[in-house]
This record gives sequence, structure tokens and C-alpha cells, in this order.
Amino acid sequence: MITTTDLTKVYRSRGREVTALAGVDLHVRPGEVYGVVGTSGAGKSTLIRCVNMLERPTSGTVTVDGVELTALSGGENRAGKELREARRRIGMVFQHFNLLSSRTVQQNVELPLEIIGLDRTERRRRAAELLDLVGLGDKARSYPNQLSGGQKQRVGIARALAGDPKVLLSDEATSALDPETTRSILRLLRDLNQQLGLTVLLITHEMDVIKSVCDSAALMRGGRVVESGELTDLLAKPGSELARELFPLSEFGTGHAGSTVLEITFQGDTSAQPFVSQLARTYQIDINILGAAVETIAGRMVGRMRVELSGAHQDNVVPIGYLREQGLQVDVLGAADGALA
Amino acid sequence: MTWDQMQALMWPATQETFQMVGVSAAVTVLLGLPLGVLLVLTDKGGLLANRAVNKAIGFVVNIARSVPFIILMIALISFTRWLVGTSIGWQAATVPLTIGAIPFFARLVETSVREVDRGLVEAVQSMGGSTWTIVRKTLLPEALPGLAASVTTTIITLVSYSAMAGTVGGGGLGTLAVNYGYQRFETAFMWVIVAELVIIVTAVQLLGDFAVRSLANRGRTGGRTRLLGRTPAGPATPDEDVVAS
Repeated sequence: MITTTDLTKVYRSRGREVTALAGVDLHVRPGEVYGVVGTSGAGKSTLIRCVNMLERPTSGTVTVDGVELTALSGGENRAGKELREARRRIGMVFQHFNLLSSRTVQQNVELPLEIIGLDRTERRRRAAELLDLVGLGDKARSYPNQLSGGQKQRVGIARALAGDPKVLLSDEATSALDPETTRSILRLLRDLNQQLGLTVLLITHEMDVIKSVCDSAALMRGGRVVESGELTDLLAKPGSELARELFPLSEFGTGHAGSTVLEITFQGDTSAQPFVSQLARTYQIDINILGAAVETIAGRMVGRMRVELSGAHQDNVVPIGYLREQGLQVDVLGAADGALA
Repeated sequence: MTWDQMQALMWPATQETFQMVGVSAAVTVLLGLPLGVLLVLTDKGGLLANRAVNKAIGFVVNIARSVPFIILMIALISFTRWLVGTSIGWQAATVPLTIGAIPFFARLVETSVREVDRGLVEAVQSMGGSTWTIVRKTLLPEALPGLAASVTTTIITLVSYSAMAGTVGGGGLGTLAVNYGYQRFETAFMWVIVAELVIIVTAVQLLGDFAVRSLANRGRTGGRTRLLGRTPAGPATPDEDVVAS
């Protein structure tokens, strides 16, 4: 649905060059919620703004729903007719909502419909529909100033959906909101994704946002995507940076010297198995649980457990093999010296 | 000079001043508004960024603003005669008044339009809006309180300039004050006219302030009127969502 290939963006000012994007390949499949996470300055904001050409990339291509936007004339401030039409099919929500204070909530939602050229009655009908969809049917006549942050973002979402887009871009949509409101907005995005089959590309600096709504994620650093994929795959991938950030166990104990410490990740069905007691019974070994957590990531139960087996790694090869056979992902953190990362 | 005599002279002169200011204010807004918007659009990073055009407009505006009004009036005499057929009377005075006020108003418009949040422009761009749509549906409506304040300031400036135009036969209250108050030593009459000008200016300012306040307070609940720029941000109606910012 959204594909970028080798996207670069270099800003030039007063002879200095700043590379914001250094070759980004992104592939967002239809109907998924894709999150791009990174610290500020990682280039994620530039990336999302390149997707609808609010920033014209220096090189590379952007294709949204089969249309290669980078091939259309104009960009940034002087968009050509074709690019403007393509933008109408891409909704965008912003961190600071960007609602017009001179217009009522309903009129704000009607704005994109005015641009499309719908007549008055049709605009009203559609705006009312959209406001019901985001749960603000009773606020149509209010002005943005009379709304709370969460309500403003709901209006922003309704407005972004007015043109019936297939793609919704979310530029830190929840970063100006408190945790409770963030959850309700994320729930709304997830609902819209499921009800309307909307593809969502969001950028955020909060891992929690990725955890609660995304199917796939990409981690950006220094203008590059350093890791990307479906969350369930990432969690199963040994040494995945995103998985570690999504599911940190660092505060757990690190075991004793001379023992083997394992990190076991289990997903879906495997989480129902009593593998710890099975292991102890089968191999007659002692298992010390250092820590464990279960979370819902991408709509699936995922658990992670850190356990300590007595004896060095070579003494525990067989039990580790048994666990892997059960469909569990096992990372051996270290053995013998007890000095663990 | 009796009060009746004064009134008989003041009434037509007041009408002339109103006509003079009214016509020049209308033309000034008509021409100055697009000029001011163009100054913003053609500026660096603007929607129609064009260094040459921006510099050219800016240069003309600055020149026009630097010329003292009294000199502008005299310099424009032949142009005025060509345009309205005469160089005296209130009709003639509207020409230099308008030409003097356009660049002044354009700069005020520029400032107001520049204050519109860049994010709003981006939002409309992301909806596929054209530059014209952005100007018409975003920049101007959002800048409206500032524009109303600019119109107020411009009208008040025009009232004081119109009085200056009176000294060289521009008609209106200015001519009256010079002819009677100054040349005929009717000091009392002169002060009456000055008082009238003060009342006119005050009335315009109050009306303008009211317009600015009602425009700026769109959507802010309560009948209280607040000064522009001091309106607190945030929700006026508490509900389940809490604003963090």
C-alpha cells in the first residue's frame, strides 16, 4: 500500500548539508498498522512527510496505493493538480491537531469535502457521519477551543477520513496527549483500521504506541531503518532490538555464577503449556525463575521469562533443545561467569 | 461664532471627511489586502516563494511608506487631476490618501497573515488544497481578528491624514479647522473640530476593538470579552479527556 525505495532527504542551508533520510526502504502492506519508532532527529517525521510530499525527497521513490507520488509534478508548496488529487486519498493527522479555530468542528470536517467539491447537503451528511464515527456527534457546533486535546484529535481523525482515504498518516498523533487519552485515540485508530480496512502509517517516539496498535514496526536511527518487520516475527527473532525495547526484562535478576540463564519467549498457544514443570520433571533439574512478564502485543499474548538452570551451558544443552522443540524461543544469555548484559 | 453657525459648517464638512475616509479605506482594503498576502506568499519558504517579486513589492512598499504624506499629496497632484479631473475637494484627496494607505495596510496584513500557524497550511496541503484554497479558506479566515485590527488602525490613520489633506484644499474637517480656526483666529471653533475628530477616532477604535474581540473569541464560551492575545488556551468545557499540553 505504501512503498518507499531508497528514499533520501538532504536539507541544505547556508552551505551546510543535513541528511535527514539516508536511504529508507519501507513496505507497508494493505490493511496493516505500521509504526515507525525512533528518537527525535532519527528522521521519522521527515519520512512520513515525504510519503504525501509535504517534503519532496531528494531521491528515491514513494508509491502509495499504486500511484508513484514522486513522479507527479510539484511538491512541498507548489503541488500540481495530480499530486493534489493523490493527496486527497491520503488522510493525515497531526501532533498539534491543526484545526482551524475560525471554524466549528463540523466545518473543520467539511473542509476537505469542500476541496473535493461536494455540495453543501452532501458535505453536512458526510460530516455528521464522520463525527458519529469518532464519537463526537454532539460536538458538531462547538469550536476547537471548546474541546479537550483528545476531542480535538478525534476531530482531526474525522477530518482526515473525510476524503475516504485508503491510507492514514499519523504524525505523532498522541504525543501531545495524556496516557489515558492516548489509549482512547489508539483504540479509535485500531477500530478504524479494522472497520474500514484502513492502512495506517504512524510515527511515534513511544514504544507503548507500537505495542498497543501496530502489526508491524520499523526502528529508525540516524536517517535509516535499522530493523523492521511484523511484531510477532520480531519478538521471535533472537537479538532483536525492537523486541527488547518492546519487552524489556533488564530489571530482572541475572542469576548466580556457574549457572545458565535463559530467556524464553512464548507466543499464542505455547503460552498455555506448563513447560517449566515439564522440564523439571523430565530432566530432574532445578529451575529458578528470575522474572517473567506477559503482555498483549499486536493483539497476541506474548510472554517472556528469564530462568536460571544450575550448571554450565554445556550441561544444559539437552533441556534447551527440549524447550526449542516445544516451539519456544530460547536465548542463552550467558553462563558460568554470571556477568550478563 | 455661535454654536448654530458652527454646526451649519461642521455638518457638511463631517460628511466630506466620512466620504473621503470611507472611499479611501475601501479601495485600500481592496488593493492592500492582496498585496499584503502576496508579501507573505512570495517570501522565502512561502507558498509562492519568489525572491525577485518579494523584493520588488517590498521595495515599492517601503518607498511609499517613507514619503511624508504632505509631499505625497503634492507629488501626486497631476496624477490626481488625470484620475478624478480635479486636484481639490474631498474626491481629489482620496487619491493620495489611498496611495499612502495601501502600503501601510499591506504591511499590517502581512504581519497578521504571517501569524497564522504553519501547521494549518500543511493540514490543508495534505488534504490536496491549492494555494488559492489555502489563502481563501485558511490564511484569511484565521487571520481575520488581526485583519480587523489592521483595518481599524488604517481607518484611524486615514482620519488623521484626511485632516492633513484639508490644509491643502482637501475638504472635510481639516479644511474647516485651517480656514476658520487658524486663518480667521476662531480658536474656539478649531478646538470644537479637534474634539469632533477625537470623538470620531475613539468611536472607530471602540468599534474596531469590539470586532476584533468578537472574531478572536469565536468558540470561547461566556459573555466576557478578553483582550486579543490574552485569551487562555485550553478547553473551556471539562470532560473525560484531559489536556496534557
